[in-house]
Amino acid sequence: MTQTLDQIFVLAKHWLLGFLPAAIQPFCSALLSVVAIILVFATLFAITTWLERKGLGRMQNRLGPNRVGPCGLLQPLADGIKSLTKEDIVPAAADHAVHFMAPVLLVAASFLGYAVLPIGRNMVLTNLNAGVLYFFAVGSLMELAVFMAGWSSRSKYSLLGAMRAIAQMISYEVPLVLASIVVILHTGSLSTVAIVDRQAVYTGIWPHWFVFTPWGLAGFVLFMVAATAESNRSPFDLPEGESEIIAGYYIEYSGFKFALFFLGEYIGMFATSAMAITLFLGGWAAPFSFLTWVPSYLWFFAKLLAIISAFIWVRGTLPRLRMDQLMNLAWQFMLPMTLINLLAAGVWQFMPAGVARWPVCAAIVAVPFLLLARGLKQKRKFQLRTYRFSQ
Amino acid sequence: MLGDGILKGLAETARNFFGSYVSRDRLTTIQYPEQRDPQIEAARSFPFLVFDGADWQQGLRCVSCQICEKECPPKCIFIEKSKDKKPDAVGKPQFYPVRFDIDISVCMSCQICVEVCPFDAIKMDVDYDLSTDDRFGGLLLDRQRLAKSNEHYNKIHPTEAAAVDAALAEERAKAKAAAEAKASAAAKAATEAKAAAVANPAPAPQPAAGESQ
Amino acid sequence: MTASFTILAAITVAGMAAAMGLRNAVHCVLALTVGFAGIAALYLQLGAQFVGFTQVLVYVGAVAILAVFAIMMTQSRPSATPAPRAPLWAAGGAVAAAVFAVLAWAIHSNALSVQALPPQPEAAPSATVQQIGDALMHRFVLPLEIVGLLLTAALIGAVVIAMGRREEMK
Repeated sequence: MTQTLDQIFVLAKHWLLGFLPAAIQPFCSALLSVVAIILVFATLFAITTWLERKGLGRMQNRLGPNRVGPCGLLQPLADGIKSLTKEDIVPAAADHAVHFMAPVLLVAASFLGYAVLPIGRNMVLTNLNAGVLYFFAVGSLMELAVFMAGWSSRSKYSLLGAMRAIAQMISYEVPLVLASIVVILHTGSLSTVAIVDRQAVYTGIWPHWFVFTPWGLAGFVLFMVAATAESNRSPFDLPEGESEIIAGYYIEYSGFKFALFFLGEYIGMFATSAMAITLFLGGWAAPFSFLTWVPSYLWFFAKLLAIISAFIWVRGTLPRLRMDQLMNLAWQFMLPMTLINLLAAGVWQFMPAGVARWPVCAAIVAVPFLLLARGLKQKRKFQLRTYRFSQ
Repeated sequence: MLGDGILKGLAETARNFFGSYVSRDRLTTIQYPEQRDPQIEAARSFPFLVFDGADWQQGLRCVSCQICEKECPPKCIFIEKSKDKKPDAVGKPQFYPVRFDIDISVCMSCQICVEVCPFDAIKMDVDYDLSTDDRFGGLLLDRQRLAKSNEHYNKIHPTEAAAVDAALAEERAKAKAAAEAKASAAAKAATEAKAAAVANPAPAPQPAAGESQ
Repeated sequence: MTASFTILAAITVAGMAAAMGLRNAVHCVLALTVGFAGIAALYLQLGAQFVGFTQVLVYVGAVAILAVFAIMMTQSRPSATPAPRAPLWAAGGAVAAAVFAVLAWAIHSNALSVQALPPQPEAAPSATVQQIGDALMHRFVLPLEIVGLLLTAALIGAVVIAMGRREEMK
């Protein structure tokens, strides 16, 4: 019974495909999966916008949306209808073709990453053997889309936003990839399915999630910080920067294209969160061995919602960084820490299995962290600001 | 340690998040169209015309002197003066506005019209949810929409209205007394006029001041 | 020569041709990106996942962005200079033809293509990634280290140049 429930979507797909001629079955199988992924994550996007507004409201002692439908649940629908029926304005000076392609490319690129994310047991679109690499490769397409949007609008704000976004995404791609390399180092595989399979085993009741190792914990934290920056979320939302560059690279978009940017950003955020789950939080694996009867996809979405909530929580807490703070964090803190974490993972790999490698690896991560934290804190002295050009 | 400030901040927002479910008085917002904050007395939005009595057309205090129209900085008032005179609330024949329009899409709520009005006929209202889907007709308030009773004025600005009412009542009483004095002075003989002069020394110069106004 | 190869090759060539022909420099880079993506797709079609994705990551994700940045930093509007004259076209064409000839000769004389190997059974691509890693770490460890050293030197050089500029400004 639990087996059936766990595999219900896989079985349903096979049942549906049984009606089709064998020749088009592979194609239709892929099509079905793609449509399912797009529908599920677009719905999740709608739910998340509601959750985010509600959560942020509560953190600011407000109620959040509560007019459309019970508890404001139909608010995303109303927003969708609004943006669909709005006028689509293209600036006269804009580069029309590029201006049109940018949101399409952004959404397409943000959805591409889901091809390798295992949503449940046997529920992955393609088990690529270079899956993690594929994920980061399509993630870099988003930079191009952002640049296209910012450049084609012919507006100084959008260009500034695009510049910021690209600088930020390139800078944080390095720690993002380096933070995930520790997992690849440990599993010896770039396949997401293999990575999750390695974590879906238990000692007693405890799972073998990589987050429960010193290098895994550090890697997870670093990955999440870099993922926050990658997906332009607060406190790294400088590319949007409402108060200084209004909405950054998508300021000249309206109506449905604007909604597409919104969608692409959230879908990208879910993708990186799902990657973090896959790499560090055991993917679809249950947190305790006695909970394995719960269908695997439910665990995946529970973890995804937990990470989304954390994103919302952080957004409700932290103010936006300045550009130099952002870059300093990337190059002075994130990069060294990821490299040290890589060392810790290597040591873990080559030390004999046992209790001894725990304190050693923990020390390898923790001591440089404390030293780096102290060093960065000491360096932060307040001083009179000097200007190069205005004096 | 690096990051403890972040943790402190996260704890604060978490406290607010859960606190907003536990205690209702944390929630500072009000559900606007259903609930409204009580307005302070000094609140003001756009001008309205005060009328006395029950009939707004008859009781309008405005005598169409057009001072407000001339003083209005953004020129949002348009008045058309009547040709004839009609008795006002106390029965005195006065000019009245045939048309009195205020374009509140232009009005900047400066209250200068109220300051210059010698008849306490125009006052500031407190209505603020005046949005409309007809941005030309809906925001051009005519005489009828502008006219609001003195009771309304008393309700929205009690202290100010009481002072205005008292001043008006005093003025009317004085005018009445003066008129009576005049009438009686004209009618009665000189001996009786002497007694009247002893009884009312103070209001005697008052009618002159009232006429000069 | 399969249909997918034809389509991908057409896309690649079209993208590259557009990159040469378009007037707006940013459009050129975007067209070049299409070409890069087409090449990546060709790699994938050959079963070289690692190379294909690296192509996307490095060329589409980094090189194109870098080129775009360079263009935006140097010029703010599309240049009004006339197209290069015919002699330059001819010289360019000659160079291109020469390069093509050399490459074609090299590929043709290569033992692999002459032998016309039967299409290998799909080797597990995970082994491919692992094989690449093994090769880099064992057989080609010296070239790898030299390349790494070279890149580090380039990186430090770039930093030094940037720092020097700042000193001058002060």
